[in-house]
Amino acid sequence: MSLRRLAEQQPASFAFNAENMARVEKEITKYPAGRQASAVIASLWIGQEQEGWVTKPMIEAVAKLLSMPYIRVLEVATFYTMFNLEPVGTHLVQVCTTTPCWLRGSDDVVKACKKHIHEKQHTVSADGKFSWMEVECLGACVNAPMIQIGKDFYEDLDGPATEEILRDLREGRQPKTGPQNDRHSSEPEGGPTTLKEKA
Amino acid sequence: MLADKDRIFTNLYGFQSPGLAAAKKRGNWDGTKKILELGPEAIVDIMKKSGLRGRGGAGFPTGLKWSFMPKEIKERPHYLVVNADESEPGTCKDRDILRHDPHTLVEGCLIASFAMRAHAAYIYVRGEFIREREALQRAVDEAYEAKLIGKNNVHGWDFDLYVHHGAGAYICGEETALLESLEGKKGQPRLKPPFPANVGLYGCPTTVNNVESIAVAPEILRRGAEWFAGIGRPNNTGTKVFCISGHVNKPCNVEEEMGIPLKELIERHAGGVRGGWENLLAVIPGGASVPLIPKSICDSVLMDFDSLKAVQSGLGTAAVIVMDKSTDVVKAIQRLAYFYKHESCGQCTPCREGTGWMWRVMTRMQKGDATPAEIDLLLEVTKQVEGHTICALGDAAAWPIQGLIRHFRPEIERRMAEYRNASGRAAAPLAAE
Ligand SMILES: Cc1cc2nc3c(=O)[nH]c(=O)nc-3n(C[C@H](O)[C@H](O)[C@H](O)COP(=O)(O)O)c2cc1C
Ligand code: SF4
Ligand code: FES
Repeated sequence: MSLRRLAEQQPASFAFNAENMARVEKEITKYPAGRQASAVIASLWIGQEQEGWVTKPMIEAVAKLLSMPYIRVLEVATFYTMFNLEPVGTHLVQVCTTTPCWLRGSDDVVKACKKHIHEKQHTVSADGKFSWMEVECLGACVNAPMIQIGKDFYEDLDGPATEEILRDLREGRQPKTGPQNDRHSSEPEGGPTTLKEKA
Repeated sequence: MLADKDRIFTNLYGFQSPGLAAAKKRGNWDGTKKILELGPEAIVDIMKKSGLRGRGGAGFPTGLKWSFMPKEIKERPHYLVVNADESEPGTCKDRDILRHDPHTLVEGCLIASFAMRAHAAYIYVRGEFIREREALQRAVDEAYEAKLIGKNNVHGWDFDLYVHHGAGAYICGEETALLESLEGKKGQPRLKPPFPANVGLYGCPTTVNNVESIAVAPEILRRGAEWFAGIGRPNNTGTKVFCISGHVNKPCNVEEEMGIPLKELIERHAGGVRGGWENLLAVIPGGASVPLIPKSICDSVLMDFDSLKAVQSGLGTAAVIVMDKSTDVVKAIQRLAYFYKHESCGQCTPCREGTGWMWRVMTRMQKGDATPAEIDLLLEVTKQVEGHTICALGDAAAWPIQGLIRHFRPEIERRMAEYRNASGRAAAPLAAE
């Protein structure tokens, strides 16, 4: 278990913009009448996409919207580790360091983040563009080591490949997502051993 | 080796489109209506006869699980909930099904729901799988548009399918934590009984199944129980998607026959162990939660539930994590101990306190900064945690450490001696803190 608390500095207010409000309302329709609390994770997630992190006024707004006690939404915000409880860089770099990634060199990926972002994780870089954090297995272990930035996975990394991705993003270029070697996805490097005639 | 014609996930690697037209060409949605016409009992019966055991880790027979659902719908609706939380370290197979072969799952959801008399199903996708969720949603939307699912669909069973997502928490993969999370709460496992088939989602009869378990169902029903049961070995039948990671030349996912020898799996598909088979130290054969096995066992063990159980390990999620002789094996397990400490939901004392304690002791042992007596103390603590918690995360935290001590005690002791010699200290402080 890790202790997670709301940030001390909080904005005065929060409101979903029109487009995001419509997304939240659509989420609510997935669940039976009276079960709108099921949309709490999706609502906070959409809020985080809008603001970059989960704020106290956001939690209050979501509680009101879903007719949930504030404390229940606060519990959810603090329980799930993908909710950022404080501001993060424009690009949040999540580095998987669990054993399968570690076996294939996630230490070098961490080093690259330290060099290009900040010595300490959870710290926004001087230019405001990045922060990084260690995370647990992201479910792409046969493409280890890997990182997630925003919605995308960057896989089959090493130190230099990580540095290149960070440099691209810093200079406003979108790097190639997925494997950084010549793999297509999770097939063995150099071509599949099965399903060949269809490949 | 499994022949391509017997592979269910023919677009596992995404070389073809995941879209409906391509999926149909691959054979998905072929004769689905005829399958439903068999009726719920016959479908469950075929699933039982196929021998399919759940692909989420525990290996519970799928057909039997389906048969636990009430035989008629009373005042409470029935639900199917698909577990796409895939967070067991080493495991990344459901990801490929979601992004590359999603129609196998969508079709499976319709059939399984019909067999359990559910008119609605939720697929709970881990929060980090954003692109995978988008791919799955596209497949669901296509299925609605083609009237394969939804109200008044061509199959004659009204059925709604919803994609739901989490936000980072390994414990939400445990089926009752998943239900709590789906209801909008913290993902903390429930005490059982009652079991989900009686009191599940929103208090209604519910079955939770892994992505792969559901996604293989349509093909089993199309080709027959005998076909699936004819692959693998008795009680360990069918095909299985293996994930091979770590120190191999070519890490990969591959669908193979259950019971394939571990060595053949690694050499044929993953390019062999880095530095050759003789350079192998140990393998974790079923995801982070199962005990590792040393090379001597890897030489001959078969990859199925019963064979791995017989060597005091498990098939788990069939995530094969390979470690060559350069590996700091104590560190490898210490890192997993950290994982369990990080992911404990904190509800039961043995797990909440035990995972932190085990991690701290493992951290000292990795450095050698511990006494040989502490090895037995650590083993004793793992036994205290195991079996004394609400959910199996406690067991999962205990087993990797037990496996390490079982097979690598001399290595742990060697480090302690080395540390003593280097530091000149007589003995390290005791573990109790
Ligand atoms: C801590 C913990 C984590 C789990 N994580 C997953 C998971 O990510 N995916 C999954 O399918 N099952 C997971 N399970 C197993 C589920 O509780 C459940 O047994 C499974 O989803 C049932 O599906 P099956 O019968 O098709 O295997 C986990 C269990 C535990 C105790
Ligand atoms: S065993 Fe651990 S994870 Fe499972 S319910 Fe207890 S505290 Fe939570
Ligand atoms: S261990 Fe890094 S993705 Fe699984």
